[in-house]
Amino acid sequence: MTKHRTGISRRGALQAGVGLATGAFALPGLARAQATSIKIGILQPLTGALAFDGQAGQLGAEFAIKAVNAAGGVKALGGVNLEAVKGDALSTPEGGVSEVERMQAEGVCAIVGGFASPICLAASQAASRYDLPYIVDVGVNDQIVNRGLKNTFRFGPGSSIVSAQALDNLVKLNDAAGKPIKTIALVHEDGLFGSGLAKLLETELPKRGFEVIESIAHPTPSRDMSNVALQIKAKNPDLVIPSSYYGEFVLLARTMQQQRIKPKGIFAILNGAASNYRFVKEFPEAAENVIDTNHWYDPRNETAIALKKEVDGMGKFFTYNVALNYSAVLLLVDAIERAGSVDRAKITAALETSTFSKHIMPYGPTKFVNGQNTGAAPVNTQVQGGDIKVVFPDAFANAKPIFPVPA
Amino acid sequence: MFAPEIVIAAVINGLLTGAVYALVSVALTLVYGVLHIINFAHGAILTAAMFAAFFAEQAGVDPLIAVFGLAPLFFVLGYGAQRYIIGPASHGEDSNTLLVTLGLSILIENALLAAFGSDTRTIDVPYGFSTVDLGFVFLPAPRVIAFAVTCVTATLLWALLKKTDTGKAIRAVAKEKLGAALVGIDVAHVYAVTFGLGAACLAIAACVLLPSYYVQPRVGDAYVFVAFTVVVLGGMGSAPGAMIGGLFIGVVESLSGLYFGESLGQLGIFVIFILALLVRPTGLFGARA
Amino acid sequence: MTVSGARGMFSAYAPILVVAALLALTPLATSANTVLNAMVLALLVALAGQGWNILGGYGGQFSFGHAAFFGTGAYGTALLQARYGLNAYVAFAAAIGAGAAVGAAIGFLSFRSGLRGSYFALVTLAFAEVFRIVANASPFTGGAAGTLLKLDVAPGNFQFASRAIFFWIALALVTLVLILTRAIERSRFGAYLVAIRENESAAQALGIDTFKVKLQAITLSAAVTAAAGAFYAQYFLYVNADIAYGAAVSVEALLAPIIGGLGTAFGPLIGTLALHGLAEGAKALTGRIPGIDVALYGALVVLVIAFAPKGLRGLAARLGRGLSTRWAS
Repeated sequence: MTKHRTGISRRGALQAGVGLATGAFALPGLARAQATSIKIGILQPLTGALAFDGQAGQLGAEFAIKAVNAAGGVKALGGVNLEAVKGDALSTPEGGVSEVERMQAEGVCAIVGGFASPICLAASQAASRYDLPYIVDVGVNDQIVNRGLKNTFRFGPGSSIVSAQALDNLVKLNDAAGKPIKTIALVHEDGLFGSGLAKLLETELPKRGFEVIESIAHPTPSRDMSNVALQIKAKNPDLVIPSSYYGEFVLLARTMQQQRIKPKGIFAILNGAASNYRFVKEFPEAAENVIDTNHWYDPRNETAIALKKEVDGMGKFFTYNVALNYSAVLLLVDAIERAGSVDRAKITAALETSTFSKHIMPYGPTKFVNGQNTGAAPVNTQVQGGDIKVVFPDAFANAKPIFPVPA
Repeated sequence: MFAPEIVIAAVINGLLTGAVYALVSVALTLVYGVLHIINFAHGAILTAAMFAAFFAEQAGVDPLIAVFGLAPLFFVLGYGAQRYIIGPASHGEDSNTLLVTLGLSILIENALLAAFGSDTRTIDVPYGFSTVDLGFVFLPAPRVIAFAVTCVTATLLWALLKKTDTGKAIRAVAKEKLGAALVGIDVAHVYAVTFGLGAACLAIAACVLLPSYYVQPRVGDAYVFVAFTVVVLGGMGSAPGAMIGGLFIGVVESLSGLYFGESLGQLGIFVIFILALLVRPTGLFGARA
Repeated sequence: MTVSGARGMFSAYAPILVVAALLALTPLATSANTVLNAMVLALLVALAGQGWNILGGYGGQFSFGHAAFFGTGAYGTALLQARYGLNAYVAFAAAIGAGAAVGAAIGFLSFRSGLRGSYFALVTLAFAEVFRIVANASPFTGGAAGTLLKLDVAPGNFQFASRAIFFWIALALVTLVLILTRAIERSRFGAYLVAIRENESAAQALGIDTFKVKLQAITLSAAVTAAAGAFYAQYFLYVNADIAYGAAVSVEALLAPIIGGLGTAFGPLIGTLALHGLAEGAKALTGRIPGIDVALYGALVVLVIAFAPKGLRGLAARLGRGLSTRWAS
């Protein structure tokens, strides 16, 4: 599963446009192709703990580059083709920094990706040394955009946007269903992500008329979720809000199923598993009806549907990473078109004023405020009949929420 | 503050978890008791066994059937590892053994990573979601099975050590290596047999663990530190100590998780471990230079 | 053991200066930041390994938890700047001090309890894990999100636009520790350490205060590894619990000296270069398969202990003995 190598793919290198420096090596037969290409850095954790996400992200970026080149390249620059300089961040921040250095040496005009917050934090900072525009795909840590780095833009929503949306959506979902939810139990991992979210929910949920009757922290990794399940069982809440990573949520969902614990709903926030196709495939019963607040593609967008078909056809999962990176590359190309140049300062300026709307995400038009795309938002997905559907907000939904879950 | 049936359920859960701890710890303590080395590759061997059980299941063999093949296989692998790698490479020095088993553990974990990636893999067995209903709590079938298998394994191990010639030789070497060698016991062979038995125990643990857990290249680490703690508490080299220690730690972990939160449980294990090492090192280990 | 006279001084320290001078020329040969970045990373690993080597190589006390010191150095410099606005250089020095203090504390507890061999390895491993869990959960350290240093390139902030300057600083640190290690080798303290490694009971019988010597060694060892951690934080301007206190750090710190040559001044540096060479070779042969390089490291550890207990340095010495007696020191 790790066939991707870093560096220029062989196919890429054989294309005539390999940048100014190697333009002289262009094969005679390809001489009528463009003399130069526009290099963009595609940085993802292709190996290591985050390989699954990183490879999906790279796939999305590749599809976008293919689409742009097939449509005649970057028109403002006379139809020049895009060329990916792929980098493997090795799932570590220093791996990301090393690849930024290499991309800089190879003359990229901007970098897209990063996936995990630590990688995004370190890599965007390394890029800022060279005033190299950096578009973050996923990394939800709000420090990424709060540091005041001029070169860093985040296309997806940060954790504060996600948690605010989650609260709003929960209220709307509950109201629409006739307010079946009164009591809530929180289950969260004890790192900053889970604890911070739990703290926020503990203060915000009561303001919205919910009672938090239990807040259970657990470590990562956990060997056993039996006690967590027991506590949930004892309190018998209407709703469980889990914020955990993949392994722990899978354990929790399985244990709850074993213990016949059936709340009226499981409403996850940025959960590692709840909107993950692998979980749905491996444990269809435990996954059924779980709702997640997370990144997702726009299921009504025609490009997204076509892309999903293609990715499914390759035997791969069309995760949000694919859609997000696909969109982020198009965002960058839009900026290059408007800048009319690969000059870094001009691209940065073009990104700052971007109103890009041809993405395949359930977002409004792009608008960057201090580097954060304020048009970005998460959606609520629900596992229904072994598939993941968008159930909220209505503008992007492709299914009706099953809420409360029938006992 | 918790209803009695919750507390009792937590204790039972602790016993079920503790049984697996016990099995992993018995394997560790057995090797320690005879070879007087701490096997740092313990976690890596458990991980390897879990991968083996995983692929057996993918090939259509239930882990509970596969155990009959994997336990002998891991016995042979363990025997070979000690006889042909760890023993000769260490030149009879404990400090070398330490580094050789560490080297092996790095090798095994990363070879698994290279071969299978870092994905978290789970299996879905037919009895995965079956439960035993005690009225106030549902006991997951896989973990009840794990408990039973641990009891059977411990009994078999006890019988082997007490009733067979091999067992006698193992006990003789554990007590007095030089004396055993003088009466004609092949010490290198006994060492390897012991190491093999430890690996076989881990294979059994892997097969009962997998249906209710997951496997990835570092999964063994989560268990091995608990095993270290159990072994230190139960007395290095003492198999009954490891059995009782494992069950004890399982219950303590479960109850402290219930009363003080799950996060503290993990830190608690390390703190108990450090304190046990610092406060009564010689007492717990016996007199050893 | 102590070689006196100018001639002894020269033969002891000249090779260090020659190697350092040659390495220092690297930025003149290449201005590629990719190369310099890789070199800085290699020197960092070497530095962490040099720290481990003082306690493990010379003193025979194998720590499996040097991440506790590396991480304290890294968090120390990051937190002192990010939270208390301390000057970067002051923070760097203070972080080394903090690492040394943690080393002294762990050493005091462990050696007081008479922990040796496997037990010392186990207890250090457990300490590092405790640090990791606490750093990962505590709001003070930024929890799982880690601590970030503000990018503000200015020499006064210990931040340089040029990677070459970072490279020279890392090289200077490694050289300094090479000299320190060589000085230890030639000192009474070094002789005591080696005596403890060879036979602790005998050393004690000879009147050596083994507890004190081991405590001094772990403090020094921790300080050097903490310097590597502090430098890491300063270089990447970011640190989190897994980077700082992860088990991978502990393993990296001990691999290089073991493979390069336990208890030799150049061992950690030689080991680092050998490991990097091996990793690059493996990458060239197999493509980038995660884990394959580290798996080879593991195999190499077993092979080195089986066939070359003194590491590559010792192997080179054995091979070179016929050619030149000077090599076989």
